[in-house]
Amino acid sequence: MANNTNNVTTASLLSIYQFFKVDGPLFIALVLLSLSGLGLLYSASGGDLGLVQRQAMRLAIGFTGLLVMAQIPVDKLRSWSVMLYVLGLILLLLVLLVGDSAKGAQRWLDIAVIRFQPSEIMKIWVMMMMAYYFAARPIPATLKDVITGSALLLMPAVLILKQPDLGTTILVVSSGLFIIFLAGLRARVILSLIALSIAAAPIIWFKLHDYQRTRILTLINPESDPLNAGYHIIQSKIAIGSGGFYGKGWLNGTQSHLDFIPERSTDFIFSAFTEEFGFLGAAVLILTYFFIVVRGLVIAAHAQSNYAKLLGGGISLSFFSYVFVNIGMVTGLLPVVGVPLPLISYGGTSMVTLLIMFGILMSINSHKKLLGN
Amino acid sequence: MARRIVIGDQHLASVVFNRRAIAAVILVVIACGILLSQLYGLQVRQYKHYQTRSDDNHVRLQSVAPTRGLILDRDGVLLADNQPSYRLVITPSLVTDIDTLLKDLGAFINFDDRELRRFHRVILGRQSFQQTPLKFNLSDEELAIFAVKQHQFPGVEILATSTRHYPQHEYFTHTLGYVARMNRSDQQRMDAKNYRATTHIGKLGLEKYYEDILHGEVGYQHNEINAQGRQQRVLRTEQAVSGVDLKLSLITQLQKVATDTLGLKRGAVVAIDPNNGDVLAFVSMPSFDPNLFVNGISQKAYSQLRLSKDRPLFNRALIGQYPPGSTVKPVIALAALESGQVNANDMVFMGPHFKVPKQSRRYRDWKKGGHGNVDLKLALAQSCDVYFYKLGFAMGIKPMHDMLTRFDLGSQLGIDTAGEASGLVPNAAWKKRIHGEAWYPGESVITSIGQGYLLTTPLQLAHMTARIAMNGAGYKPRFVIARRNNKGTGFNNLDPIPLKQIDLKKEAHWQQVIAGMHAVVQGKTGTARNISKGATYVMAGKSGTAQVFSIAQDAEYKEEEVAKHLRDHALFVAYAPIEQPKIAVAVIVENGGGGSRVAAPIARKVMDAYLLNWMPDGQ
Repeated sequence: MANNTNNVTTASLLSIYQFFKVDGPLFIALVLLSLSGLGLLYSASGGDLGLVQRQAMRLAIGFTGLLVMAQIPVDKLRSWSVMLYVLGLILLLLVLLVGDSAKGAQRWLDIAVIRFQPSEIMKIWVMMMMAYYFAARPIPATLKDVITGSALLLMPAVLILKQPDLGTTILVVSSGLFIIFLAGLRARVILSLIALSIAAAPIIWFKLHDYQRTRILTLINPESDPLNAGYHIIQSKIAIGSGGFYGKGWLNGTQSHLDFIPERSTDFIFSAFTEEFGFLGAAVLILTYFFIVVRGLVIAAHAQSNYAKLLGGGISLSFFSYVFVNIGMVTGLLPVVGVPLPLISYGGTSMVTLLIMFGILMSINSHKKLLGN
Repeated sequence: MARRIVIGDQHLASVVFNRRAIAAVILVVIACGILLSQLYGLQVRQYKHYQTRSDDNHVRLQSVAPTRGLILDRDGVLLADNQPSYRLVITPSLVTDIDTLLKDLGAFINFDDRELRRFHRVILGRQSFQQTPLKFNLSDEELAIFAVKQHQFPGVEILATSTRHYPQHEYFTHTLGYVARMNRSDQQRMDAKNYRATTHIGKLGLEKYYEDILHGEVGYQHNEINAQGRQQRVLRTEQAVSGVDLKLSLITQLQKVATDTLGLKRGAVVAIDPNNGDVLAFVSMPSFDPNLFVNGISQKAYSQLRLSKDRPLFNRALIGQYPPGSTVKPVIALAALESGQVNANDMVFMGPHFKVPKQSRRYRDWKKGGHGNVDLKLALAQSCDVYFYKLGFAMGIKPMHDMLTRFDLGSQLGIDTAGEASGLVPNAAWKKRIHGEAWYPGESVITSIGQGYLLTTPLQLAHMTARIAMNGAGYKPRFVIARRNNKGTGFNNLDPIPLKQIDLKKEAHWQQVIAGMHAVVQGKTGTARNISKGATYVMAGKSGTAQVFSIAQDAEYKEEEVAKHLRDHALFVAYAPIEQPKIAVAVIVENGGGGSRVAAPIARKVMDAYLLNWMPDGQ
């Protein structure tokens, strides 16, 4: 009897997923993560309900975006890839020419009432373009194709770096690289590229802005400048370390509540979270992210077109790179580059962008039969 | 054809993609492992380190100064207490521009330059989030104005605290001493931890001597602060342990009688209970109000005190070293009796002067015509100088030195207060050492009447008298007789500290000398016979007149012809009742003239006040 009821419930749930064209496990993971993110945000913001409400509103918009994207067949997206890529390049140019600056960097574009960062949306459009390019070529990709593909990646990367926005540049470049990687770049080539980038490091070093260099230097030794550049990293590490194994408990983080953690509800929310939930909480969170990434890769593997495979895999790995860069940054493994923690950090554009990406993954998952025909 | 290639590629692509996806998962697992191991390092292995740093970040220890112990007289009358007061404190880290702030505050709060200089000096040595006092003891008006304007001055607060207060004002100054603000050398000397919140320290007298006991132990308040250094809440409090209350042997009423009787004269009165060494009255005049010093005396007021000819800052009772004059004659008599130089009952003729054989210098008696036939009793009663000149010459300095020393003259008594003077009892070795010369017989002659090198403090004279009264028994003089017990419910009495008994070869010598002292007051020809009039008890005493100014050979000392500050010091020592001594007194009036005329009546008044009115029950 109980089994019957369960079966009925499971069946009806499956039909709901099918109706909305979403993948159940992935969707549930995203919803749970976002909702617990609201709880963390409440604590990290020092009990600012207004801020939590605004974030909840964005989540609603984001999930609407996800559901809308899930309804659009991947084939349609593929046909828009080139157009969107060109549009993205134009928007990035516009940002440099007429953009609005915040905190010394030009990232924002005001279009009538909407104010947004083209570099955010470009994360998706670059992946679509790269997937489009490599899907149309033999797999594994030839070196010549890789070089051409890299050029497609380089243009938006340079424009974003000019803003300057090192964090987004890294994310955009790495998302492109993931697609090249998935397209079957030979191990030899990968190794030589790594060697090349090590060789290029000094050149990049000279091209960096002073504040970017300081960030890298303070990463190596944060105590060298404990009051200025190193302060954020030190305070973040103190927050994380003092959380211990079980954490100080929800709303009990002293580092976050007493303002020691900078940007505690945005880029450094992981520190605030880990201070309160400890190593245990951090492990659960990382496992949740891991689950989402693996689920995304499984969906990509089951996709029927190369475009869908590459785009789906790229999205999954990009998502993970955001997680890795953010946590790496707040734990002192990577320089502070201003990357939010996916689905948890306060902030609109990145949240909506991410959920749209997952909408694409949902679409890949639910439209494969159409392609199979 | 082309289509089949695509299909073939499609399959190959799937295989390649799947292999790459698996590689990607492996990379993701490795990356998660890196993150988790970094987190493990921070949160598990280095937990202690970061825990400590987190606490250091948000917990600020604020030291809380303990309440200083009270000082009470024998009957529980407050001599030193703590009164609520308000001070203005500044937290430098919360102030953007100190100089502007001080200027704005200066509009309604008076600081003098010294206070400002001190403040600037202090804030240099402190962490900027520590509160630093800017002004102590705000007036009611300053408090009221600041209360209204407080919001204009972030980082400036009123701190309710307590200030040492001496309710008896100038009456006990030379006993209690006073506390004043700690200076740099105090800060270096004292335990930095225990004195972290302490601003005042005992500078003189009992306040200095009992600093450790009166101070107490510092307490702590654990405050939570945010990244801007602002206090959020109190996490925990460790109570400060108050200093121990002290009960003194002094009696306020008696102290007041002694002080008021001395009046405007420069001098000292010390009264001791011979049975235990308790100091009953301890007066040095003129005095000053110690409250002036607690929160910084003004430069002008201090100069006035320092430069006054009457030297009010000088503690005559404890540090004043005077030639004792004839007041030591009882001890000299004991030395002579013990060394067999004299028989107390022999009547000997005493002329107007004494000469050392083969020397021309004449040592004159205070009485122009001489005393005629006297025995020891009459010699003491009339203070016959020639009688003692003869004894002094005959026995030499050694027996006198030894007997004076047995009465604890010439060294510190070890009374429980700071800065006691030792006085001086000379002998041949001392003279050789200090002056590089041999001891002359003439110096023995003048030592026998308490002149020459001999110096004593009023405290020592009172102590000496007490030991005579007790036939050689003696106790270390003391101020503190009890301390508040740990529970604060009552006082624990401290036992008197007995000194080594002065044993004479013949006990009768005590009676012979005491008979002389009795005759001083009660005898028909006694120098101080006037003070026995109307007394309801029997006393013994000895007058003294100490020369400040050497008069020329054969010239006569005429008081009215000598400038006032060169006139003789008037001294008197006494005890009573003679049969069961309860009080021993020493009085000195600087440049007062004759001891029996000026000092003796003061001693009588003090003894009257104690024996008739203020002596504790059961004594």
